[in-house]
Amino acid sequence: MTTTETRVARAATRAPGRRPRGDWPWAYLMIAPTGLGLAVFYLWPVVQTVYFSFTEWGAFGGHTWVGLANYQTLIHDPAVGHALRNTFVYSGLVLLGVPLSIVLAVLLNTPKLRGVSVYRTLYFLPVVTMPAAVAMLWRWIYNGDYGLLNYGLSLFGVDGPYWVSDGRVVLYAMAVVGVWTLIGYNAVIFLAGLQCIPQHYYEAAAIDGAGRVRQFFSITLPLLSPSIFFVTVLTVIGSLQMFDLIYMMMDRNNPALTDNRTIVYLFYEAAFVNNQRGYAACIAVVLLAVILSLTVVQFRLQKKWVHYE
Amino acid sequence: MLRRRVLAGLATAALLAMAGCSSASDKGGDVTLTYGVWDKNQVPAMEKIAGEFTKAHPTVTVKVELTPSKEYWTKLQTSVTGGSAPDVFWMNAPRFGLYASSGVLAPMDKKADLSKYPKSLVDTYNWQGKQYALPKDYDTIGLWYNKALFDAAGVKYPDDSWTWDTLTEAAKKLTDPAKGQFGIAAPAYSQENYYNTIFQAGGSVVSADKKKSGYDDAATVKGLQFWVDLINKQKVSPTVQQMSDTEPTQLFTSGKVAMMYGGSWEAVGFAKDDTLKGKIDVAVLPKGDQRAVVIHGLGNVVYAKSKHPKEALEFATFLGSEQAHKIQAETGTVIPAFEGTQQTWVSSMPQYQLKIFLDEVAYAKPYPISKNTAAWADQERKLLPTAWDGSRDLAGVSKELAAGMNAALAKE
Repeated sequence: MTTTETRVARAATRAPGRRPRGDWPWAYLMIAPTGLGLAVFYLWPVVQTVYFSFTEWGAFGGHTWVGLANYQTLIHDPAVGHALRNTFVYSGLVLLGVPLSIVLAVLLNTPKLRGVSVYRTLYFLPVVTMPAAVAMLWRWIYNGDYGLLNYGLSLFGVDGPYWVSDGRVVLYAMAVVGVWTLIGYNAVIFLAGLQCIPQHYYEAAAIDGAGRVRQFFSITLPLLSPSIFFVTVLTVIGSLQMFDLIYMMMDRNNPALTDNRTIVYLFYEAAFVNNQRGYAACIAVVLLAVILSLTVVQFRLQKKWVHYE
Repeated sequence: MLRRRVLAGLATAALLAMAGCSSASDKGGDVTLTYGVWDKNQVPAMEKIAGEFTKAHPTVTVKVELTPSKEYWTKLQTSVTGGSAPDVFWMNAPRFGLYASSGVLAPMDKKADLSKYPKSLVDTYNWQGKQYALPKDYDTIGLWYNKALFDAAGVKYPDDSWTWDTLTEAAKKLTDPAKGQFGIAAPAYSQENYYNTIFQAGGSVVSADKKKSGYDDAATVKGLQFWVDLINKQKVSPTVQQMSDTEPTQLFTSGKVAMMYGGSWEAVGFAKDDTLKGKIDVAVLPKGDQRAVVIHGLGNVVYAKSKHPKEALEFATFLGSEQAHKIQAETGTVIPAFEGTQQTWVSSMPQYQLKIFLDEVAYAKPYPISKNTAAWADQERKLLPTAWDGSRDLAGVSKELAAGMNAALAKE
């Protein structure tokens, strides 16, 4: 312990950026547990999945090399294109929840708001709720005949659809749940971002005669951009992997299921219903490529709009 | 050694028991077997049977492991692949071909007396001349109906004189859109619904040699059309969407539909529901061109890589015994498969005419299967609802299903 403490003390006296060579092994040792976990549980499975995408599996293990056969099937499978489209539509809709979270965070950040901690807890609650419980709850809300939502609509004389079994609305209904689940988490990140914005910027702006709205667009939004970037990247990655809502909310005899499958649902069907593990791995690789390229594009684009102080 | 010599002269069953005991004591400890099941209604009966088994074999305890049916097969397949499946587990006909042909099941003891079970069930669990399971139970389908709703509408209760037409007429009288009440539930369920009417219309699902689909046969289509018409033409059933939001059984138990085709396995759940007391009963399925019903039964199979193969086999044999089947019968969960134990099941719930489920066995057809049933059953599930909800023409859907199914069968 003493050596570490003295090292830390010594390091603190030095100018940043010029660390002694002797500290590097320590740094690596400290990140080793995380690095090892990442390699074993994230990187190695990726390598395996890519390998498996070139193989065909028996029902209970054992695989043979089939080269590009899975990819050839994939290109000619109309379900894949359809599922990709559904996934993008869903992700696009969930992204609309990001501005909503910003507005919410700004409201929650209002000084002297009464009961602010109660609101913060309420908005965060969906994040810590089990996805299965969330799905069951929304299944009841969305029930076409006896659901809360359609009852509410009927009070205004609107005859609501069967939200989870009508192919035309089901993706929107799912996206609402997706936004609802994420909004609290995103708002917490935005709240943290907001609290990092120095108060004197607002004071200066007020002296110059800027109103609340002008302040929001000229100070809050640009200075919040790193948080917005972070949240957008995470939301895109998360929503592209949507599976649990469909699996939990849509019954397997649901007439809208076939046309509204997402790419991960397709993966699940291939792997666990139809016993095509190799093909499933192939679908996963495609999803990996999609997520990777979208994230790279986002990182490229961030230079244009993200302001780091 | 003396113990062994003495036992050598005893009956087979006792010998088996001895083998179990000695292997347990060799390891110097008690053996715990896991028994994989998916129906929570049956857990008490299964635990009671497990308890009886431990009484006879004090060194062996059996842990009943419940996995909800929705996850059962996914979990089982993963654990079989990983080498950690339960020692003994429930098997059904559609999955049996895949498991038996992959060599992950251990064959049954040759000495079991197979003549005590219905032949169609014994044959279901026979793969290339080897018996892999003793039948656990069987189920047939009946017409469950709500007496209170029949009385209110002044309609005579269903009986064995009923045909498809009688059913349709009654359903019309029992439908009341103002109250959100329907005559019958017509979901796109295979075993409960359309398999029965396909057979009643003289159609087939898969050919006897398992090489060809029956979905391009006009008689098969007629059996499917019956349900599509009840929803879209007669409008006496909730829509597929409604039944996907709220399960048909739920609609039936809450008095929103007056009739439903349901398995004998529903009886125990209905009997427990106090709100249904004196309100419902069951009748034989209405006749189509001919009488028919689909019969299915579970089997208890032994995992080939079980760590305690002897005890597992012994337990599976005990599960097929008359004693175990009697326990199943008394708790009323399912119809036991062992000869002569069914009457106990019938009298376990005297409020229902459960005898019809036994009478139907006389003209029952086995549940349609092939080696990889899941491959085409998934297509049934995906395609047929598109005809049920009226968005596509049944003839076209049926033709597409036949083509897809033939392709799947060709790969087997």
